[in-house]
Amino acid sequence: MIETVVSMELPVDEKLTIRKNRIMPTHPSGEEKRIAIVTGTHGDELEGQFVCYELLRRLKAEPGYLKGIVDVYPALNPLGIDSITRGIPMFDLDMNRIFPGNEEGPMMESMVYRLTEDLKGADLCVDIHASNIFLMELPQVRINELTAETLVPLARKINVDFVWVHASATVLESTLAYSLNCVGTPTLVVEMGVGMRITKTYGYQLVEGILNVMKEMGVWEGSVGEVRTPVVSTDREVGYLNADSAGIYVPKIKIGEQVEKGALLGEILNPLTGDVEQAVTAPISGLVFTRREYPVVYSGSLLGRILGGVEK
Amino acid sequence: MRKTEIYNMKSPYREDLKISGYSFGHGRKSACIVGSIRGNEVQQLYVCSQIVRKLEELEAANAITADREILVVPSVNHHAMNIGKRFWPVDNTDINRMFPGYDLGETTQRIAAGVFEKVKDYDYGIQFASFYMPGDFIPHVRMMDTGKQNTSLAGLFGLPYVVVRKPKPIDTTTLNYNWQIWDTNAFSLYTMETDFIDEVSARQAVSAVLRFLTRMGILKYNSHNGYISTVIGEEELTSVRTSCGGIYRRLCHPGDEVHMGMPLAEIVHPYEGNVISTVLSPTEGIVFFTHKKPLVTENEVIFKIIRRLHE
Ligand SMILES: [Zn+2]
Repeated sequence: MIETVVSMELPVDEKLTIRKNRIMPTHPSGEEKRIAIVTGTHGDELEGQFVCYELLRRLKAEPGYLKGIVDVYPALNPLGIDSITRGIPMFDLDMNRIFPGNEEGPMMESMVYRLTEDLKGADLCVDIHASNIFLMELPQVRINELTAETLVPLARKINVDFVWVHASATVLESTLAYSLNCVGTPTLVVEMGVGMRITKTYGYQLVEGILNVMKEMGVWEGSVGEVRTPVVSTDREVGYLNADSAGIYVPKIKIGEQVEKGALLGEILNPLTGDVEQAVTAPISGLVFTRREYPVVYSGSLLGRILGGVEK
Repeated sequence: MRKTEIYNMKSPYREDLKISGYSFGHGRKSACIVGSIRGNEVQQLYVCSQIVRKLEELEAANAITADREILVVPSVNHHAMNIGKRFWPVDNTDINRMFPGYDLGETTQRIAAGVFEKVKDYDYGIQFASFYMPGDFIPHVRMMDTGKQNTSLAGLFGLPYVVVRKPKPIDTTTLNYNWQIWDTNAFSLYTMETDFIDEVSARQAVSAVLRFLTRMGILKYNSHNGYISTVIGEEELTSVRTSCGGIYRRLCHPGDEVHMGMPLAEIVHPYEGNVISTVLSPTEGIVFFTHKKPLVTENEVIFKIIRRLHE
């Protein structure tokens, strides 16, 4: 059933509405577990749209196997998605930096408060992101080290290639995931694919993973395909490639490739002079899990990330 | 007056981003003044330019105290200003949410790191900033409650109000917050305008800075004493919200004294022209902030009122 989570009037003859689709088991007992699939916080990240569609299709195809409640929120930032805007149009702050919202705050903060209230109490929340328009990411779950103990076991089952446990930072305390994890709703952040595009293979991969986690939780009794075991980053080094010159970046490797330290990963070209401004080489050996897609770079632009082997 | 390069970054298709600083006096790093960090902060740029002009005159008249150095950085993000954007043009990130920066990180982290390297270590840091809620404020000094703030120093600007804000996680990456963490007394000054120039409040801001520098013994300058500031916590402000969307008609302005039940604004039906909602003041007090744009959504904060305060 499609429900309105929160709705506010815009100035002229329109409402801003966040909606969800609640799928219930055929014979609810009142004791079901509930899982929430959320995406579309950043309006330029679309990978989650296909995941929502495909997951709903699978659930609706075999309704008898569903033993819990699944809430699907495809668009937390509908105005952003609809206008190819990463943030919230007309609002300064990133939507993923104002959680858990503020009932007494400006309009968007009060909307986020109501959204958080709606998500609270779910037994699991999966928040799907697609990096941004600049970077392609191998399907991965990102976990704040403070919540690693609870979340890593769940993340292992969601069919991603990689689980990245990262250091905590004060500024990240206002994300949806941090806020929900704080109030006891385990929330996994998935990053995969690239902004403004749909990578169907990644979509199918994650849907299989979500169904697998649902099966573990007793929410789904239908079939689940092969699920891969991810690499967990806890004891591994992550190497960052940042540009040191301005120009046009042309990568020479594919995402998911293993590279050796010092290998040529790409070049920053100067289209006016015909020179190579910088030959970009691998800072460490390992798996390329992030690759720059958008060619124009400044000094500092992220060109890629490499997951190193087990540290000695 | 010495013009120096604070930071330089190559651009693929435009001229290099050159961030300039103007130094006055010599010796102890006493005061650093930063203007526009966002591309729409034109008033902030203008105020800084007027401070530079004034300090040049004062330096020529030997009015800068011995062993005191003042640095002014009028603009950080003119790459955005020149093309009508607020944030960094390439990835739309906010340089004022990247401090203290990271010199091996992303582009705007590198810019923030380069700027912070040059603006830290001063005794006093003054930033002309803009708030994330667009609208008009009474001119005031804003400080972050880091446990290191000194509100009595903030009062020495002689502006009508000093507002203390409890930092939210997102505030921990601003210049103001990091100045304080690195032991600089930091103040953010808000004037009436951002995207447009308001001469009256710009002059008031220039005077406030010169008054502060004089009172701190950095400058010798005779100025009016200004106000004895009233210190308020941001949580003491009463927010007033809309109950519907539409065309916004403002009836009161920052600084106005209002009483309970007084109409503050009207919302007009966007097609039919009739007043569909009259927003009444829930308290008596002084208007601190008003929404300014001609349109409003439902549930938007359009007024903030300092409760039970009188002119
Ligand atoms: Zn995202």
